[in-house]
Amino acid sequence: MEFFRNTNIDFLGKKWYFLAFSLIFSVAGIMSMLFWHHIPLGVDFRGGTLVYVKYSHTPDPGAIHADIERAGLKNARVQRYGQAANNEVLIALDIQETSEQDLSKGKDQIKEALQGPAASAHADKQDLNNTSSLALANYLLEKNPLHLDADANPRYTALAQAIVDYRDKVKSGVLGSIDGLKGVADPAVLASLNDGFFVSDFGIRNVEIVGPQVGQQLRKQAMLATLYSLAGMLVYLGFRFEWIYGVAAVLTVFHDTLITVGAFSLLNWEISLTVIAAILTLIGYSNNDTIVVFDRIRENVKLLRREKLSDIVNKSINQTLSRTILTAGLTFLTVLALFLFGGEVLHGFSLALVIGILIGTYSSIAIAAPILVAYQDWRGQRGQRAIAMPLRAGAGSGQPKEKVKA
Amino acid sequence: MNKTLTWKVVVIVAILLLFVFGIFGIPRDWSGKGLVAAVADRIHLGLDLRGGTHLILQVQVNDAVNVDSDNAVARLKEDLRKHKINYADIAKPDPVNHPETIVVKGVPPEQTSDFKNLVSERLPDYDASSGAENSFTVSMKPATTSELKNRAVQQAIETIRNRIDQLGVNEPVIQEHGLGQYQILVQLPGVDDPARVKEIMQSTAMLELKQSLGGPYSSEQQALQDHGGVLPPDAVLMPGKSIGATRDNESGESWYLITRAAAVTGRDLRTAEPTRDENGQPAVRFILTGDGGRKFYAFTSAHVGDFLAVVLDNKVQEVAVIKEGIHDTGIINGRFTEQQTQGLAMVLRSGALPASIKYLEERTVGPSLGADSIRSGVRAALAGMLAVLIFMLIYYRWAGVNADVALILNLIILLGFMGYFGAVLTLPGIAGVILTVGMGVDSNVLIFERIREELRNGKTPPSAVEQGFSHAWVTIVDTHVTTIVSAAILFIFGTGPVKGFATTLVFGLAANLFTAVFVSRVIFDWVLTRKQRGEALSI
Repeated sequence: MEFFRNTNIDFLGKKWYFLAFSLIFSVAGIMSMLFWHHIPLGVDFRGGTLVYVKYSHTPDPGAIHADIERAGLKNARVQRYGQAANNEVLIALDIQETSEQDLSKGKDQIKEALQGPAASAHADKQDLNNTSSLALANYLLEKNPLHLDADANPRYTALAQAIVDYRDKVKSGVLGSIDGLKGVADPAVLASLNDGFFVSDFGIRNVEIVGPQVGQQLRKQAMLATLYSLAGMLVYLGFRFEWIYGVAAVLTVFHDTLITVGAFSLLNWEISLTVIAAILTLIGYSNNDTIVVFDRIRENVKLLRREKLSDIVNKSINQTLSRTILTAGLTFLTVLALFLFGGEVLHGFSLALVIGILIGTYSSIAIAAPILVAYQDWRGQRGQRAIAMPLRAGAGSGQPKEKVKA
Repeated sequence: MNKTLTWKVVVIVAILLLFVFGIFGIPRDWSGKGLVAAVADRIHLGLDLRGGTHLILQVQVNDAVNVDSDNAVARLKEDLRKHKINYADIAKPDPVNHPETIVVKGVPPEQTSDFKNLVSERLPDYDASSGAENSFTVSMKPATTSELKNRAVQQAIETIRNRIDQLGVNEPVIQEHGLGQYQILVQLPGVDDPARVKEIMQSTAMLELKQSLGGPYSSEQQALQDHGGVLPPDAVLMPGKSIGATRDNESGESWYLITRAAAVTGRDLRTAEPTRDENGQPAVRFILTGDGGRKFYAFTSAHVGDFLAVVLDNKVQEVAVIKEGIHDTGIINGRFTEQQTQGLAMVLRSGALPASIKYLEERTVGPSLGADSIRSGVRAALAGMLAVLIFMLIYYRWAGVNADVALILNLIILLGFMGYFGAVLTLPGIAGVILTVGMGVDSNVLIFERIREELRNGKTPPSAVEQGFSHAWVTIVDTHVTTIVSAAILFIFGTGPVKGFATTLVFGLAANLFTAVFVSRVIFDWVLTRKQRGEALSI
């Protein structure tokens, strides 16, 4: 099977369309970053508190928001999360409510606010859906419902762990009732639990609290990581090819990053640590693509010394087109699998890559190659060699037999 | 099959076995369950997949510097008195931001050289420089300051590790975090109660046994009144543990007059354990070291009939009459819960933190979410992998089998690497695996497309394979090196999840260089030796 054979598309002839396309998206992204959504930073970079809550019934974000507001927490954001059937809600507090003195205060307040009505109905009882195995073990040890003697401590610790495991792993974090534990614990234990515990209609699944200092630090690190990897690329390509190739590759990758971050800004999706990882992957991927085309150009420049560079570039793009589209398609397939099956946690990551792969593939054809040609034309106008690019001796392929350790 | 080819196949099989061993080790039990357990033993799951608590804390290193400079102030005062050097005032002007700086004011001009000599002799870690109006700035040498700070972090790590170890957490991670920011990363897999962990880590638990000179008083004012408005110079007022409002004491406050000097401190402690007092209430029993025991006996036998205060973190826990000389054991009680006595005993055993700590970041992943993440991550990985494998088969036919073998081998080597290096698999790490599959297949596509091109140009299959591999090799090296560069930078700068992603990406790409080029080539060569001259290649 073969999709593309001997294509002969004049890519360089369409460079003004490409330029217009890229400009529109870049400018739209920049405008959004400056004037509209800015760069929507996730809790990793901004600092703040995120609490993921699972309910035993369909949650009502409006009512939850009202409960939290009543507890005195301002500007909380409550939204449904994940698949509707999972009954999950994400509650976000911004940095003002996340004090560095008492990092987990916001979380504790949220927990109390959500328990509100249920807890007052069960004064003096603990919430079994939000208790830890340690607290549970202590309670059992104190009440000793099984009248154990010598081995009480290990037995109750194991029992508490079993109950918490059942809650978390079998019931996904929320028990419907204490009697639902019949298979796990003896009736005597259940009776004792009923005395000291109640079940609320929610369980906290996941908490992320980032203080302002860490947020700032991570922001700096992410910027540095991106800049350093661009610089690393520039140096390597300058060393392997001519410096203009490095510059073209870095400009291309910068273009991709700009458009991807711009898309996140336009769509108001939050940029988290994993999204940064995705952006760095995209930098690697786009660069990959660019190098494949550049390699072909370098090879063809040696073979076809008399042709115009723009013809050589066009030819090289066409020759590698089949590979470009196939690889993009296959990588896209895997990223799509991530997006569809990878769960909520990887959503931002896979979205960034979906955009990134499209843009990265486009840009190596539409941005990187025209930059090379434009540079050459500019040199030509200044009366310098206008035909093929001068190449560093020995840097290229050319003599394949030495290179392969067959 | 010719001889070199045989050797290459042997190499490939050997490497395959090596990495399969990396994944499984030698399983104790060859059933499905046993194999899963063997893998879990070698490839560790990250917190996001296992559930657990992740904390980043800041060590307030200035505390440690302050302790040292406070001592220096005390020593300096004493020495100046001894050497009869006059001064108006010694103080630390800004202990919060500049704990290393001491300012001495009003040293007479004729004594300045004596003063300088004294500082350089008695405080070798400090430098004195003269300022305006006969004042001197005595500040700690920068090398000493940074050593103190670093030591505080290392000590804090040790102390926290001791405390965590006593909690019985499996595979805790406690290490310095970031570069020179005096931060500590604590990761506790399977711990679902960060509040309790924090309580245990944070309490400084400075235990002192001191003499109580009077109390309880219901307020500071009342204590002052009882002593005619002036406290004895060697004693301070300390708050007691709030004992709840009683009839005669509405506020529930209590204050004691306690000597400054301690009979024994936490350093003299050999061990501490939770117990119950004579009333059956939870309490902590402590045993002193031989030295501490002797000191304590000397003190108690000299003070029979006086009051002894158990002071914890500058709060009076308990006051009792000394009935006789006590050798080496005692009990702390004070309305504790069972859980608190366990925590207190643990903290007393593991020693005090050298500096206070502040929490910067806290993440808790519930085990239910971790289990869900594994499920969806593995599902995504399998789906992506299958889609790629099937596509390659359809598009490249027999050569697709070749690519698929290379891909599967790539995955085995990647997992084997992780097993050998004890790398941690996180959810973004699984994403890295999936991406490796996507990008790994790129090398095969590059090579195969090139071979097709060469075939179209009229080359014979053996020469097309030869040319295809040699041309693609250069490109593959360039693309892999640049991607590894960016992954390595991610690894250096990234934290937590990002690091896990970079790890799998680097291992995966390294493995890919071997499988997509070497293994795939060997398979082609093997196919070619079995073909008649001029027979077409299935690609």
